Amino acid sequence: MEKFEKLTGVAAPMPLVNIDTDMIIPKQFLKTIRRSGLGVHLFDEMRYLEDGSENPDFVLNRPPYRKAEILIAGDNFGCGSSREHAPWALLDFGIRCIISTSFADIFHNNCFKNGILPVILRAEEVAFLMDEARKGENARFTVDLERQQVTAPDGTTFRFEVDPFRKHCLLNGLDDISLTLEKAPAIDAFEAKASRERPWV
Amino acid sequence: MTSPKTLYDKIWDAHVVHEDDDGTCLLYIDRHLVHEVTSPQAFEGLRMAGRRVRAPDKTIAVPDHNVPTTEGREDPAQMTEESRIQVEALDRNAREFGIHYYPMNDIRQGIVHIVGPEQGWTLPGMTVVCGDSHTATHGAFGALAHGIGTSEVEHVLATQTLIQKKSKNMKVEITGRLQPGVTPKDVTLAVIGATGTAGGTGHVIEYCGQVIRDMSMEGRMTVCNMAIEGGARAGLVAPDETTFEYVRGRPHAPKGAMWEAALAWWQTLQSDPGAHFDKVVTLKGEDIEPVVTWGTSPEDVLPISGVVPAPEDFEGGKAEAVARALEYMGLEPGTRLTDIEIDTVFIGSCTNGRIEDLRAAAEVLKGRKVKDGLRAMVVPGSGLVRAQAEEEGLAQIFVDAGFEWRLAGCSMCLAMNPDQLAPGERCAATSNRNFEGRQGRGGRTHLLSPAMAAAAAVTGRLTDVRALI
Repeated sequence: MEKFEKLTGVAAPMPLVNIDTDMIIPKQFLKTIRRSGLGVHLFDEMRYLEDGSENPDFVLNRPPYRKAEILIAGDNFGCGSSREHAPWALLDFGIRCIISTSFADIFHNNCFKNGILPVILRAEEVAFLMDEARKGENARFTVDLERQQVTAPDGTTFRFEVDPFRKHCLLNGLDDISLTLEKAPAIDAFEAKASRERPWV
Repeated sequence: MTSPKTLYDKIWDAHVVHEDDDGTCLLYIDRHLVHEVTSPQAFEGLRMAGRRVRAPDKTIAVPDHNVPTTEGREDPAQMTEESRIQVEALDRNAREFGIHYYPMNDIRQGIVHIVGPEQGWTLPGMTVVCGDSHTATHGAFGALAHGIGTSEVEHVLATQTLIQKKSKNMKVEITGRLQPGVTPKDVTLAVIGATGTAGGTGHVIEYCGQVIRDMSMEGRMTVCNMAIEGGARAGLVAPDETTFEYVRGRPHAPKGAMWEAALAWWQTLQSDPGAHFDKVVTLKGEDIEPVVTWGTSPEDVLPISGVVPAPEDFEGGKAEAVARALEYMGLEPGTRLTDIEIDTVFIGSCTNGRIEDLRAAAEVLKGRKVKDGLRAMVVPGSGLVRAQAEEEGLAQIFVDAGFEWRLAGCSMCLAMNPDQLAPGERCAATSNRNFEGRQGRGGRTHLLSPAMAAAAAVTGRLTDVRALI
C-alpha cells in the first residue's frame, strides 16, 4: 500500500448526498479479477453519455478537475455495496483523499486498506471547502495526515480526527496481514480456548 | 458485579483475540462466506504472498452474483466471457485452497446469504463475514455478521481474524402486531424511512419487540438483511425457540450432546435488563402500512397510500438529490403511488428469495394472471428453495399466472448476470437497492414486499395488496 503523508492538489466538488458505490463503479465493471484499471470507469453512468462520449457537465470531465486528487462530497459518501472496486476505481483515477460529513462504514474501512484518506469534517466546514473547490484550477488544497489538518486555498485550516492505528498504518503504508500475523500465537491460543468452550463452531 | 451487557457486547467479548490500548481489537471470525465477485483478488493476494487459508473448514464458497438463472446455464455461451472467468476462478480457488464449495450445478447452490443459514453454517453467537454488504442477513440468528471489502476478505482468509473497533449499540423496537398484508419487508423499509440511510452509521442494531418475536426466521432475515441500507454495521435479533427450531437438524448444525452444549450457551444470548443502548428507535407495529420506494435511495420510502413528494419537501443536499431522483425515476411530484404503472416484476434476492417469500407471493397470485404485456420473473434464493416451492405447488401457481420460474442466483437484484432492465424500464422488485442503474443502466426500481410485488404483477401498477387479500 502506498503511504499517505501530505497531499496538495485540486479538489473536485460533488455536493450530491448518498453517492453510492453503484454510482462510483457500476456492477458491469466488477467482473474483473484484477485491482487495477478501473479508473476509466469511475462514476461511469454520470461521466459518460449513452453513446460513450464524455458528459461535458460532469465535474471530473471539466478541465480544472480532470486531474483532481481530492473529492469534496455530500453526506453519507460510499453507501451501499461492500465492493472494494469503489476505492480501487477512485485510486486508479488519482483520488487519494475524500472529504465529507460522513461515510458509509464499509467504504470508510476499504479506503484505509488502499492508501486513501477519508476525512470527516463538520457540515459548515465541508460547505466552505465545497465553495472553495468550485473555484477550480487555482484552488489547491493541502491535506496533512501527520498534523490532521486540511488547508483551503485561502489558508483556512480545519482539523480532523482519525483513528490512531489507521493513521499509523496509512503514514507508513503498512500491510494489515503482516501486522496481524505477528500476533499468530494469540490467534492460536484463542482457537485452542474456543475449541474447548464452543466445540460446535 | 459486571455491568449489564447487550447481545452485541456478549458476542463481541466472546471473540476478542487481542485488544490494543487504543481499543483496536483483533476479532476472531467463526464463518467466512465467499462468492465469486469480491474474492478473486484476495485469493490472488494469498498466492502471491505464499499464504494458505488458515481455517478452510470455516470457509464456505458459492457462486451467485454472475450465474445465469435460465435452464441449461452450464452452457458457457449463457455467460459473458468475464462472468465465466470469475466463476471459474472461484471453482479453481475453492479446490486449490480446500474450502467448502457449492458449485453452480449443485442443488444446494444459491445466494450465499440463503445457503449459509439453510446448510446450518450460520449459528447463534457466531461472527460471520462475507465480501458482501448483505451479510447482515445472518444477524437474524443472533450472529454478529457484516460485510467486508476484498482486502479484508484476504485478511480473514490468511488470519481468520479482522482488525476492528467496536461499534455503538442501537436498539430498534417494533411493538405490538402487524396488520394483515404488512410483512417483514415493510417493517425493515419503514425503519429505514424513519432513520434514514445513514441513521445506523457506526452502530450495530438489535431489533426487538413483539413484532420481531412473532416473526419467522425468514422474516427476521429479511429485516436484518437491510440493516446495511440503514447504514448500520450489522443487525441482530436475539435467538429464541424460533431460532433453535430453524437450526435444529440442519446439515452443519451441532448434534447430540454438542447440540445441548451449544443450546445452553445460545440461551444466554440476550441483552441484559438495563443494558445501555446509545440510540433507541421505537415503531408501533400497528402504524406500519405496506410501503414502496419512489426514489433512488432506500430511505425514499412511503406507505402505498402516499403521493410522490417534491424536492421542496426536503432540506439541504437531500432536496437536490430528490430532484435528481425524480428525474431519473420519471416521476412528477403529487402523483399517487398507486397510479405508477410498471413494466416488470422481480421476486427474489437475498432479501426476499426464501420459501416464505414465495408462499406470500403465490398466495396473492393464486387463480390470477399477470397483466398483459408485463414481464414477471421469480428467482428462488437457492436450489433447495426452488425444489421445495415445486413440491408445495408454488412453482405451478407462478407459471400459471405467467411468471418465469428461474434457477437460483442474485439475478436482477444487481443485474451482473443477463437479467437486466432496459433504460426507462420500471420494475417492482423485492430486492434491497433502488440505486441509479442498479438493475441495469437507466432502469427504475421500486422496492416492495413479495406480496406487494405479486399484486403489482396482477394490476400492472403499484398496488395496495390489502385490496387483493
